[in-house]
Amino acid sequence: MKAVVIGAGVFGALVARELTRYDLEVTLIEKNLDVGWGVTKANSAIVHAGYDDPPETVRARFCAKGNAMYEELSKELDFEFKRVGSFVVAFNDEELKELERLLKQGEKNGVPGLRILERDELLSMEPSLNPEIKYALYAPTAGITEPWMVAIAAVENAVKNGLKLVLGERVTGFEKANGRVKKVITDKNEYEADIVINCAGLYADEIAKMAGVEYVPIHPRKGEYILLDKKLQGLVRRVIFPAPTKISKGILVLPTVDGGILLGPTAEDLPQDMKDRPITTREGLEKVRSFTKRLVPSIDLSLAIKTFSGLRPESPQKDFFIGVSESVKNFVNVMATRSPGLTAAPAVAKYVVEELIQEKMKLQLMKKESFDPHREGIKRYASLPLEEWQKEIEKDPRAGRMVCFCNEVTEKEIVEAIRRGARTLDGIKFRTRAMFGRCQGGFCMVKIMKILARELGVDICEIRMNSKGSWVVNGKVRE
Amino acid sequence: MRVDVMIIGAGAAGMAAAIKAKEEGAEVLLVERDDRTGGILNQCIHNGFGLHYFKQELTGPEYAERFQEKMDKLGIKAVTNAYVKQIGNREVILVTEKGIERIEVGALVYAVGARERPFGSLMIPGDRPSGIFTAGVAQRLINIENHLPGKRALILGSGDIGLIMARRLVLEGMEVVGVVERLPYPGGLLRNVVQCLEDYDIPLYLSSTVVEVRGRERLEEVVVAKVDESFNPIPGTEKVFKIDTLVVSAGLIPQLKLVDSLVNKNPTSKGVATSNIGQTSTDWIFSAGNCTAVFDLVDYVTYEGETAGKYAAKFVKGEVKGGRIPIKPGKNAAVVHPLWYIPIEPLTLYIRVKRPMEKGRLVAGKFERVFEDLVPSEMLRVRIPDRYLEGLDEIVVSIEEVI
Repeated sequence: MKAVVIGAGVFGALVARELTRYDLEVTLIEKNLDVGWGVTKANSAIVHAGYDDPPETVRARFCAKGNAMYEELSKELDFEFKRVGSFVVAFNDEELKELERLLKQGEKNGVPGLRILERDELLSMEPSLNPEIKYALYAPTAGITEPWMVAIAAVENAVKNGLKLVLGERVTGFEKANGRVKKVITDKNEYEADIVINCAGLYADEIAKMAGVEYVPIHPRKGEYILLDKKLQGLVRRVIFPAPTKISKGILVLPTVDGGILLGPTAEDLPQDMKDRPITTREGLEKVRSFTKRLVPSIDLSLAIKTFSGLRPESPQKDFFIGVSESVKNFVNVMATRSPGLTAAPAVAKYVVEELIQEKMKLQLMKKESFDPHREGIKRYASLPLEEWQKEIEKDPRAGRMVCFCNEVTEKEIVEAIRRGARTLDGIKFRTRAMFGRCQGGFCMVKIMKILARELGVDICEIRMNSKGSWVVNGKVRE
Repeated sequence: MRVDVMIIGAGAAGMAAAIKAKEEGAEVLLVERDDRTGGILNQCIHNGFGLHYFKQELTGPEYAERFQEKMDKLGIKAVTNAYVKQIGNREVILVTEKGIERIEVGALVYAVGARERPFGSLMIPGDRPSGIFTAGVAQRLINIENHLPGKRALILGSGDIGLIMARRLVLEGMEVVGVVERLPYPGGLLRNVVQCLEDYDIPLYLSSTVVEVRGRERLEEVVVAKVDESFNPIPGTEKVFKIDTLVVSAGLIPQLKLVDSLVNKNPTSKGVATSNIGQTSTDWIFSAGNCTAVFDLVDYVTYEGETAGKYAAKFVKGEVKGGRIPIKPGKNAAVVHPLWYIPIEPLTLYIRVKRPMEKGRLVAGKFERVFEDLVPSEMLRVRIPDRYLEGLDEIVVSIEEVI
């Protein structure tokens, strides 16, 4: 039996991995040149506790469940996940009511450990917070991760278990017969399919339209962010939310897993034709600045190292749209995976494979004995105890050759990232954190381009930042 | 392993320090993270280096070569491709492809230079396409790697590197549509404005900045607007430039990472605070060059490196004695370096003014001198004779406008 998953974000990656547990031929098709470059690349990177979603929503069904899976998943797939906890803060008694509502909602959703803290306690836990804050809803299970690493790690593990990964191909249509999809057609190839799972993120509605199945219209909801230097490590230790509004969870201050501080996001609904324009704006960044300064007054934007924006796949219902199509019986939609998509993804992936495919579609899948759930991450040599690092250098001197000084990435890590599939500068950056630090590649980008060219056996002019049109250098100065 | 003086960074400051420390009789170890000595001089193939120090005009690589030759003669061999993982109490952890070594040091000269302010920190809105380079990266690509960064470029920032890169790009066959500067006056040396822009008909847009970058994959265009006195864009003044390359020359930041928790900073230069002998607030750590303050001329960096190297060696011999007199920035002094005076060595002050002045009177202790045409982009270097500093508890450095 053949399964085709469309889209290699966190959802597609985790669904594909889940499918490789069974005796199936699984193909994952991604239009970008790498995995995790759509919605997955730019979001708040939070594994939410799950108090925010109204109990009747699909979101609520999967959020706390997904959160609970992250511990084990991060160990199996060797990506960083830190259960740092979160605060939703209240400046006055009216906002306190909101916290009480969230507390009740969270309890209904099965979120463990929720409690409301008063000023002294919350300030002793987070001394940088605005002293005018009176209360905080503390959710100890909230966590942070690197979303793209979830996708990269899941795909690496799935490939180890037999997944066929297809990059740089865009799905252009489907061949159907007897109310079922027979083939998935891309701009380059065709793939036979007994099951199709649509995890195409911002473009999932367009894929659904091509297949002639039910869908909800997807529009991009944009979030702008400011990333601050690691120098501020410890400014906050937990994810700090303001009291939520009708529109969003608000603009937050949170630590990143590698020690930086992230501010954002804004929440701006964009028209459907803006799915490929995650642009930042002056107004958006100003909003991030002023809103987060209210939470943490000492925030110093002279320590900003990067601004970026991400798009979330939002629908008019503001809820996930997940299910087997009524009209095309072998087609599964995983759509409108807006926040808390990242959190819910592991639980959704299990649901898709165990309940939708096996129970609802009544397909008997055989578990593979050979399935290995473990993936080993790229070793970060500079984080090892010195004696161990020394031994690694004795084995391979490239482990002692530093390439990225800001984030301490050695040549060995760069070469390993290429061996695992990085073909572009962003591919290296997301796998190793090289060029992700305070100088943003000022010292190491050229070196990394040369390593890429050498390892791939291509001219340096062929190196791309990410997509095909994102060339970096334009020919030689002189022959 | 133990050495008398370890020098981190083999650029202009570090090489000068190594030479002087060795000449002073110390056993030295010079380490460099790049694969060769010379630092940023290697990619500065234009001339204009050495007018002060050698009384002749050299290119960057030629300037570096002179010091490399001197090091060869003295038998100083730099360890390259070396990464300093950590500086502890008189101990440095060094990582190379040969392994990890703990080195016990009598004194340290921290001479790691500055880094470029990256595009990301400027918070310029828009897309995030390829084709945006700092001036140093563009310079390295062209002058060392032999590759062009693009076809048609705009330069953001009129510091010296920005001006020099504008000329370089034109000379190598790229089109440069202009240089944009948010200040009402150029950020670099006047001679560079003339020799790099005016001689090549490259327009300079003052009181202007890039307010948006556009391009889905590669950079396609940028929007430039005029700014008001507080650098806010003025609506209605936007102008679109179709370019595929944006070269950012937005200033240099002294690198502090390794010594951040060990030494005091100079709040005016944002670098390591030192005395006039290069000594920091931690007695065994000396520092010199662009990690203490960003200098206009490499010649100045060399002088500073020499002093730090010499006194680091003397420190190991127990010959550095005497109290320090604090130097305090006063009126109109944007940058003042050094921050302490130890009367065993004459005081050379480096000063940047806060704003342009036709005529200004520099006051430092009992010393006074009038200078003309003072601009923030041109650093003043003034030797203060000892007699003007005698008996002072502190030395206040200020510049009074003379009208």
